[in-house]
Amino acid sequence: MSSERKPSESIPLEIHDLTVAYQSKPVLYGIDVTIPPGKLIGIIGPNGAGKSTLIKSIMGLIPIEAGWIRLFGEPGKRHLKRVAYVPQRESVDWDFPVNVLDVVMMGRYGRLGLFRRPKAHDREVAWACLEKVRMTPYADRQIANLSGGQQQRVFLARALAQECDLYLMDEPFAGVDAATEASIIELLHALRADGKTILVVHHDLPTARNYFDMLMLLNMRLIDFGPTEAMFTYEKLQKTYGGRLTILSEVADAVRQNHES
Amino acid sequence: MNHRGLLKPLNNLWSLVLFWIGTWQARADRIGEMVDISLKDQFIRFASMEDPALRFALAGGVILGILCGMMGTFLVVRKLSLVGDTISHAVLPGVAAGFLWNMEKDPLAILIGATLAGLIGMVLVSQLTRHTRLKEDTALGMILAGFFGVGICLMGMIQRLPTGNKSGMDKFLFGQAAALGWEEIQIMALVGLIALSMIYLFYKELLVSSFDPSFARSIRIPVDWIHHGFMLLLAFAIVISLEAVGVVLVSAMLIIPAATAFLLSDRMHWMLLWACMVGVMAGVGGVFFSFLGQKLPTGPFMVLSAAVLFALALFFAPRHGMLARWWLRRSRTLRIQRENALKAVFHIMEKEAFTKEGVTVIALARSKGQTLKATEMTCRELERAGLATLSHEEKALYLTPDGMRRAQTIVRNHRLWERYLTDAANYAPDHVHDDAEEIEHILGEDTVRMLERQLNFVDRDPHGKPIPTIQDIASSGQAQASKGQGMSGYRNPS
Repeated sequence: MSSERKPSESIPLEIHDLTVAYQSKPVLYGIDVTIPPGKLIGIIGPNGAGKSTLIKSIMGLIPIEAGWIRLFGEPGKRHLKRVAYVPQRESVDWDFPVNVLDVVMMGRYGRLGLFRRPKAHDREVAWACLEKVRMTPYADRQIANLSGGQQQRVFLARALAQECDLYLMDEPFAGVDAATEASIIELLHALRADGKTILVVHHDLPTARNYFDMLMLLNMRLIDFGPTEAMFTYEKLQKTYGGRLTILSEVADAVRQNHES
Repeated sequence: MNHRGLLKPLNNLWSLVLFWIGTWQARADRIGEMVDISLKDQFIRFASMEDPALRFALAGGVILGILCGMMGTFLVVRKLSLVGDTISHAVLPGVAAGFLWNMEKDPLAILIGATLAGLIGMVLVSQLTRHTRLKEDTALGMILAGFFGVGICLMGMIQRLPTGNKSGMDKFLFGQAAALGWEEIQIMALVGLIALSMIYLFYKELLVSSFDPSFARSIRIPVDWIHHGFMLLLAFAIVISLEAVGVVLVSAMLIIPAATAFLLSDRMHWMLLWACMVGVMAGVGGVFFSFLGQKLPTGPFMVLSAAVLFALALFFAPRHGMLARWWLRRSRTLRIQRENALKAVFHIMEKEAFTKEGVTVIALARSKGQTLKATEMTCRELERAGLATLSHEEKALYLTPDGMRRAQTIVRNHRLWERYLTDAANYAPDHVHDDAEEIEHILGEDTVRMLERQLNFVDRDPHGKPIPTIQDIASSGQAQASKGQGMSGYRNPS
């Protein structure tokens, strides 16, 4: 694809020379990647590699120092509505007065705009998404009364209810039981069959080999991106995991201290 | 908003009970020698609302209750209660400044002054947090106390002025609903209406940004604008409540009704409703008591009414109240005791290869190492639960089909779990018993079936004892149908 042609709308995500700093400390350097549509892609790297940061900067939750990100051919937040974000099973207040169905309905709010109330169709979609994650018996339950795997499935249902074309998931398999993990993978395959593009930050290398079509190897810089089997070479994995880029980290610290003084 | 299951009977009953109790206090308490007319006449005078000042006061109490209830709900779920506390105390210098502007009690000037003071306070808090090492709670504490202190000084100055004494400014510390006039009520009603419509219009945005701000941002909800808008509305709500409740206690009216509602509901729109109801009851209660006491300050009485309602919810709330939790724990303990007794009976019968129809109470007492009296009580408890019958003279215990089924289920759970621990988790056989003693009572049917499948339908536990199967349990219900046939633990006893 030559650079003179208009950026294609069919490319869900294109990142060019992305540099992101987190509290004055550079976390991602010069990331260049084009994500093809309709694939299930894993983002792999050691702790602190900037995987979550990459996802957050695509969503516009973290400011960008340099470079650009294009979603479906357009920069900025134009097509952000077509992107669903499933964050890490974070510090949500589990005592909040909502039940499971309420949380999934929140996934529909993005499509409603201000001043509009959810309609019957929205409820149907929410209900269908609950069925896909097999949580319909729990629809009336207040969210504190759920296990870890069930909570993850509720947030997944919320993302499904958004009916997006690009899904960004941050460690959806962390701390879930085997049954939930299997059902999540089943769900992701169904999404891919529908033509959706899915990016998953993943923490476990062995399962990454089985789960994903393509892998992005990340360690502050993009080590490589391509079909999964091609990524599983010794040198590539060594570059990603072995020998953390110590010089880079130390320079990053020095930059931060410079900013603070 | 979901209106399914609207007003379950229990909720309905609760609201009636609370309302009745809320007004019962008023009827039963004595205010003592301050009342020279009888309590009954006072109440009638109150209820008939002849007194125009009273009508304004009540209107103010109601509006305040609704407003504080609504805003307080969002404060509580957004974990901003301390911020509300700070704003409500930081407004005092603004109130004083509003008076000093025209040297008279001008509601509008006071309103503007108070709002400005509140907003300045909040801006200072965020600046302090952002540009120094100080954390938010430190900044909040400083602004709360600092501004309040300045306000007290200014109020003291006002009292010493020639016009100060008659100004009615002293009412702003602890509130006096009787001082509310038509102007004040108008402003209160206006702000109340604005708040209601804002919450109605932006309900889903408020809900999502309160529950999960990063998700809200990801679906393009303007979380920061909503936060600032909410803070502004909060400042207004606090300021218009000042005259009725007073600066010192308005934060209590924000928090206590919402906290009460939190104990009573599991969904947002119910919590809002409950908070408004409790707020209104507290507001009306406060007006009533101050009216009875011949114009004692309203603020403390409102807060006391709210606190009583909170205490009631704390104890009697259906799911989250202390009584409900105690009851749940107790019934669980009793169930476990019953099941352990059933198990003991089963073990004795098993040892005798199910040749006898029941067990003697003495044998049961011996096996459990209990006194005869304690065992007799347990037996009677089993009889009460329909799980067993005692022979006349209470010498022997016979399990009913239900009791037998339950005993077999517990034994099955126990032995399957022991087998699972030794086979799949590599426990030593002598370590598994205590674990199984706990687990046997809480294994659900689905988990047990999974266990069975995983263990390949094994039929003995690590100690060689047979594991009852589902067919065994089902058939023990029919065993009594065939005459003369004793109940066996197993369909095909080996």
